[in-house]
Amino acid sequence: MLQKEGQVRIPSGCAISGIFQRDGSRIDGSHIISSIAAMHDRSNGLGGGFAGYGIYPEYKDFYAFHIFYDHQTARDTCEAFLKSHFDIVSLSKIPVRRHPRITDEPMIWRYFLAPRHAKLESSQLDEREFTARCVIRVNDQFDGAYIFSSGKNMGVFKASGFPEDVGEYYRLEEYSAYSWTAHGRYPTNTPGWWGGAHPFALLDTTVVHNGEISSYDANRRFIEMFGYHCNLLTDTEVITYIIDYLNRRVGLTLEEIAHVIAAPFWSTIEGKPEKERETFTYLRNAFSSLCITGPFSVLVGFEGGLMALNDRLKLRSMVVGEKGKRVYIASEECAIRVIAPSLDRVWSPRGGEPVLVGLEEGGKQNGH
Amino acid sequence: MAIDFLYPQYEVVRNLDRCITCRACERQCANEAHRYDADFGCMVSDESRCVNCHRCVSLCPTRALKIVKTDHTFKENANWTGKAISEVYRQAGSGGVLLSSMGNPEPLPIYWDKILINASQVTNPPIDPLREPMETRTFLGKKPGRIARDAEGNLINNLSPQLQLNVPILFSAMSYGSISYNAHASLARAAAALGTYYNTGEGGLHQDFYPYGDHTIVQVASGRFGVFQKYLEAGAAIEIKMGQGAKPGIGGHLPGMKVGPDISKTRMIPEGTDAISPAPHHDIYSIEDLRQLVFSLKEATAYKKPVIVKIAAVHNVAAIASGIARSGADIIAIDGFRGGTGAAPTRIRDYVGIPIELALAAVDQRLRDEGIRDQVSVVIGGSVRNAADLLKAIALGADAVYIATAALLALGCHLCRTCQTGRCNWGIATQRPELVKRLNPEIGCTRLVHLVTAWDHELKEMMGGMGINSIEALRGNRLMLRGIGLTQKELDILGIRHAGE
Repeated sequence: MLQKEGQVRIPSGCAISGIFQRDGSRIDGSHIISSIAAMHDRSNGLGGGFAGYGIYPEYKDFYAFHIFYDHQTARDTCEAFLKSHFDIVSLSKIPVRRHPRITDEPMIWRYFLAPRHAKLESSQLDEREFTARCVIRVNDQFDGAYIFSSGKNMGVFKASGFPEDVGEYYRLEEYSAYSWTAHGRYPTNTPGWWGGAHPFALLDTTVVHNGEISSYDANRRFIEMFGYHCNLLTDTEVITYIIDYLNRRVGLTLEEIAHVIAAPFWSTIEGKPEKERETFTYLRNAFSSLCITGPFSVLVGFEGGLMALNDRLKLRSMVVGEKGKRVYIASEECAIRVIAPSLDRVWSPRGGEPVLVGLEEGGKQNGH
Repeated sequence: MAIDFLYPQYEVVRNLDRCITCRACERQCANEAHRYDADFGCMVSDESRCVNCHRCVSLCPTRALKIVKTDHTFKENANWTGKAISEVYRQAGSGGVLLSSMGNPEPLPIYWDKILINASQVTNPPIDPLREPMETRTFLGKKPGRIARDAEGNLINNLSPQLQLNVPILFSAMSYGSISYNAHASLARAAAALGTYYNTGEGGLHQDFYPYGDHTIVQVASGRFGVFQKYLEAGAAIEIKMGQGAKPGIGGHLPGMKVGPDISKTRMIPEGTDAISPAPHHDIYSIEDLRQLVFSLKEATAYKKPVIVKIAAVHNVAAIASGIARSGADIIAIDGFRGGTGAAPTRIRDYVGIPIELALAAVDQRLRDEGIRDQVSVVIGGSVRNAADLLKAIALGADAVYIATAALLALGCHLCRTCQTGRCNWGIATQRPELVKRLNPEIGCTRLVHLVTAWDHELKEMMGGMGINSIEALRGNRLMLRGIGLTQKELDILGIRHAGE
């Protein structure tokens, strides 16, 4: 029998795309669908997904959980757990439209919730850590339940299928976001489990990723020391946890994180001015087990920003385009040109050099 | 007595058609196996003296010599082998403990040889080390796990003292006394040239080698030979030797005949006295005592040097390592049951301790389970024979490896396992000046540098094949390994899958 994601490690190639509106104005999901659809041949119909930021302004103070349930029992046990740990202010099925190429769908539910005050107090954790632990616990221990989105004012939508079909299925044209990322998957050996599609998310951090990292098990075995459980055995999952750990728990900036995970070569470091040399050497040494090798291009979405990063050797293509306040990032330039034929600027970032975009002053009010 | 007579295990075969009676073999053999017979005008040999070290074979100008295993035999017996019978005769004759040297030669499982390595195909690219950077530099020492920033928000270097290794290989502890001055000189020079470290062993540091201090690990063992303030300050790191893979549970032995003036001075013991290290450190009867010694040494050196705690791989190694990781040690060195020695009781060498592969896998996993793998670096040894063993060790979870037997082989050792006699014809495990001078430290250094550089090349080739271009991404990357012909239990302990899975 074919093993599903989590029982076996499945290498996959992919396409990624992202759109970011610096001024915080929001655009609907049709653009990102058109962009990722242009790279149809980089997917094989076994996984597609999207993340949108700023999509739930009316519930912006609540965590939005998107959950797959394989069966009713899973839903019952998971909801009991959620009710004991969170105040649920709204719950509903996520609206979808029937689609001929999207099949085998699980139950897909959405919850807006906040940690229960008493539980949070007694846990002695901050709110985000408390929520993250609950998410990890459900995904690790609750058979048939899978929380695939857990941030505030953002959401992940993913399924087994081609990404453009997944976008239509989830009616993304009805959502507006200041930041969109998308992913089309080309796994080499999988029955196509919905949870295995990208983006992969924890709290408001989402990762879409193209590549197959060769450092996987070194990274996984290290990050699992800090309470993460890499159940899916995918690169994206471990990258998400690494970023969450370094950013939220250690306190590194995203730029510093880029220098940890796509660490500059020693020969590059040695050519830097003294201060930078010291910092880079420190980061590489102190967090050496989180260095990622092998090909990857990732888009890391987070509240108010987006980071694009290539592996140290740039073994995967990734192009950035700018038009006015809008930034496009995609595996191939065609995926940008198809929605923005004329650009102010277009370039290929070097391997290991992060591209960081964030909301401008004033953009935050619009976006949130 | 006749029953004590044992037929020699090896025979010297001389091709008289080739022999020119130059008597080189006679001059080269400190065991006096060769002799010129003036009456017959030819060379004769006494194979009972031969230790099979190949010195004469290597230097015979006409290739007239070879050493062969004797076909003399006891009556075949799978249980009472010739070896078992001979050992009984020897002990019945002497009443003594059987002594041996170098690593365990018994046919016990070698797990390295049952582990296979991965390579990239299609889904991700192999990386070509001839054309792309391939990094094997590594740092040993505790990682902070948290950051600190100054008032401007810049990162502050909050790392405790680290050792920087340009290759993930160090030369393991071999004392001055067990090996010669020239062997130490070769190791010290090679360590400096390679950007790595050699280890003094428990015999102190000869005055001449203080200039190599930046590439020296100074050892503190239970005998405390040669330990004083300047010695501790001289090294880049301090290693507390709790145990050794070849002889877990006992201390080092250096027979008095090897303790000449120079060694007496370095070890700070009278000339001609046996240097017998106690089995335990008498100030360490438990883990909390170890912590005190770790911090005593750190106090003595102003917290400027990492402290290594070296233990033998024994049954409970994972729990012991966990205790050490919490003792303030920066690096744990684990020595497997195949590790070498200058002299050890045979039974202990052969049957005490466990294979390093299993010990390493268990320790690395245990430290991760407890969330403290980052608080300590793990160095393993005993025995790493080649670059594939090295790569497998790192993928199982080691930060770096110690090599000693391989280093001695590079210097000319032929693994005759007779170090305890002090008559090493290759000038390594001896203190006789006429033998020591046979080892040229200049050549010795070059050969060590060659060996380590060659392994580094091979390591890089294999890493590139896997699509890994930095050693830290290989460390603990067990998915890159598969077992072959191992039981599920063995696979579980090694934390790897079977080939084909």
